[in-house]
Amino acid sequence: MVGYLVRRVAGFVPVLFLIISLSFFIMRLAPGGPFDLDRALPEQVRANLEARYRLNEPLWTQYLGYCADVLHGDLGPSFRYPDRTVNELLGLGFPVSLLLGACAMVVAVCLGGAAGLLAGLHRNAPLDYLAMSFALFGVSVPNFVLGPMLMLLFALALGWLPVAGWGTWRHLILPAFTLGTFYAAYVARLTRAGMLEVVGQDFIRTARAKGLRESTVVLRHALPSAILPVVSYLGPASAAVLTGSVVVETVFSIPGVGRYFVGSALNRDYTMVLGTVIAYSALLLLFNLLVDLLYAFLDPRVHLQ
Amino acid sequence: MRRRWLLPALVATALLGGAPASIGAQDQLFRINNMVEPESLDPGVVTGVPEHRILSNLFEGLTTTDPNDLSPRPGMAKAWTISKDGLVYTFTLRDAQWTDGTPVTARDFVFAWERVLNPKSGAKYAQQLFYLKNGEEYNRGRTTDFSQVGVKALDTKTLRVTLKNPTAYFLDLTSFYTLYPVPKWALDAHGKDWVKPGKIVSNGPFRLTGWVPQRELVLERNPQYWDAASVMLRKVVFLPTDDINTAYKQFLAGESDWVPTVPSAQLDAAKNKPEYYVSPYLGTYYLRFNVTKAPVNDLRVRRALSLSVDREALTKFVTKAGEVPHSAFVPAGLRGYQGPRGLGFDPGAATRLLAEAGYPKGRGFPKVELLYNTNELHRVITQAIQQMWKEHLGIQVELVNVEWKVYLAKQSALDYQIARAGWIGDYVDPNTFLEIWKTGGGNNQTGWSSTRYDELIDQAARLVTATDRLRTLHDAETILLDEMPVLPLYTYVNKGMLSRKVRGWHPNILDQHPLKHLSLER
Repeated sequence: MVGYLVRRVAGFVPVLFLIISLSFFIMRLAPGGPFDLDRALPEQVRANLEARYRLNEPLWTQYLGYCADVLHGDLGPSFRYPDRTVNELLGLGFPVSLLLGACAMVVAVCLGGAAGLLAGLHRNAPLDYLAMSFALFGVSVPNFVLGPMLMLLFALALGWLPVAGWGTWRHLILPAFTLGTFYAAYVARLTRAGMLEVVGQDFIRTARAKGLRESTVVLRHALPSAILPVVSYLGPASAAVLTGSVVVETVFSIPGVGRYFVGSALNRDYTMVLGTVIAYSALLLLFNLLVDLLYAFLDPRVHLQ
Repeated sequence: MRRRWLLPALVATALLGGAPASIGAQDQLFRINNMVEPESLDPGVVTGVPEHRILSNLFEGLTTTDPNDLSPRPGMAKAWTISKDGLVYTFTLRDAQWTDGTPVTARDFVFAWERVLNPKSGAKYAQQLFYLKNGEEYNRGRTTDFSQVGVKALDTKTLRVTLKNPTAYFLDLTSFYTLYPVPKWALDAHGKDWVKPGKIVSNGPFRLTGWVPQRELVLERNPQYWDAASVMLRKVVFLPTDDINTAYKQFLAGESDWVPTVPSAQLDAAKNKPEYYVSPYLGTYYLRFNVTKAPVNDLRVRRALSLSVDREALTKFVTKAGEVPHSAFVPAGLRGYQGPRGLGFDPGAATRLLAEAGYPKGRGFPKVELLYNTNELHRVITQAIQQMWKEHLGIQVELVNVEWKVYLAKQSALDYQIARAGWIGDYVDPNTFLEIWKTGGGNNQTGWSSTRYDELIDQAARLVTATDRLRTLHDAETILLDEMPVLPLYTYVNKGMLSRKVRGWHPNILDQHPLKHLSLER
């Protein structure tokens, strides 16, 4: 097991290196640079700036310099926010994005799980149709539509929650629902399918024959088996929630990493682009590893070697 | 149930009605939707408008601006004299303190200006100090001796500035952030971290008490400020909301008191609200021609294209916020300047000119592209113009949409035929609109060049008498409009939402509202 972990983590190094190298050169192919502004800079000013940020050196020297810095854990200064380093901005943004992602996952599991459970227990009854309509709605409405809709309803019309911003638990509710609904829809369908499969099986009939209460049958015997597919979906979903928070963070003005992900690319903030790419890649690799470990834990047929 | 509350409510209202309407000092909290995270708080580094909203309240230059007409008022300088030839300014500083209690001295200005001009600091707005004698030479590294540059501290309270040319608007420039004083000791102690809360030392009406990137930035009244007694607001919060629709909703929900823009789609609804305001802005929306590429290298084609644009219809039905149709390049209403008129809407004349150029009724007109950057408003404007040209000239123009940086790169490489563009003045003078069209200027980007035009602009820079100078600029603009490397469309407007509690607010053409003059009332 330890050997497996060491090998997997060692495997991250070349993958990350490849990602850094590809991103570095592809980014430089895009027209325009960090110092192309709406008011053109005098040639001398521009040259001074490029010298300051080493952009006047040959590309491969810049690349080697950047790699050396990254090995020392230094992602460089941000071009757009010269008062701050990329490390600093990512350090401020990641806890926020992680909290938002975690809340969205809670929404996804609770809301989706409950809907799926009800649908599974009342197959082809109105409750089932209602729950599955919710699921269809969840996967079809993009979050840049859902977010503003929730804002209009709960912040402007009802005045229950703030429109946007960050700081209190009340600021967290609308974005968590906006981000979590899509995944809740998936969880609902998976739970429903799991329930339908499980309730027909012998051990449920046995449980009922023993005269157990229906709630015990459902919650203690049926549900644990029914949500196995959901558990295996959680790994990729967590990663997707984290990287997918870009739109939600912008719409709700949340100070997470997602705000920098698109903005830095549009601004040609080279170091910030690479910083976010590295951070997200590392996170995705880590989640893949966690999912593999979780599989081995849940399913005795899987052995990690 | 509800009725029962009516009587006590009426009594309470009657009682409160007699009390003064002003809001207590504790509640003087003003929240601004600043639309974007400021790039920096270092006066020598920043270049944008959102940064100006913050920095102009955190620091103070030699002069400040009148909240009403933006004309220069004494700031850190309590008085100044100007030599007869308009070249030497001698400023006398008032007794003012930095937030750490250190007196503000002439040396703080010399330090700040050297830093901006020093090639090693790579300041983006170094050209704001090219007006100084030898300023540009120092930035280019042609001289490394800063004593050659036209700024000198004669003693702690006297600053002497020597200019390259008599610059009529120099006192407008001294209120701009690039020319603010900077505390050397704070930079020495903290490096680039000196702008962070707890470390920053500033000299303006407000001081920085909180800054979480992408979340909020907080200013509070600075008790050390020389004019602190007249500052009413206790606290100001800047919200960096990127999404313009969200910012608008925040205002409607009462989460902010000022949002300096309104989403186009919400304009009709916004106009019916008492908080909506609109006023002319110091900016020109125009089309840029690449005069090195056919067919727009032909003046007749450029004129035909201009004559067939109905600016009235464009502003009335497309932009809709009250933009002013304008066919000259310098916006109307600049102190003392009366510009030429430019070409109006005359489809008949346009058709004749196009025929003269060899394209009768648009026949044989080559494929032409109109470049614009990703933005809803630019998209609908270029579509409207495409439609007008099709209708009046019978030509088909293709719209090309690219993202911001590609758009900038294509223009500076002259890799386009026609492009939409906008120019916002840096200071309230026609020169900021006209000097950019000099041959080889970094913002010219049309390939257009006129020796006579360059001569007039240079000549205007040397003139001291206002009427002579403005007449020379008028002659220059006439050449610009005759030769048409640009097709002006309209003058921008400020449009935004402002809480009705705000007092001391004056609409002006830069939409600048120094917070020291604002207060809140019920």
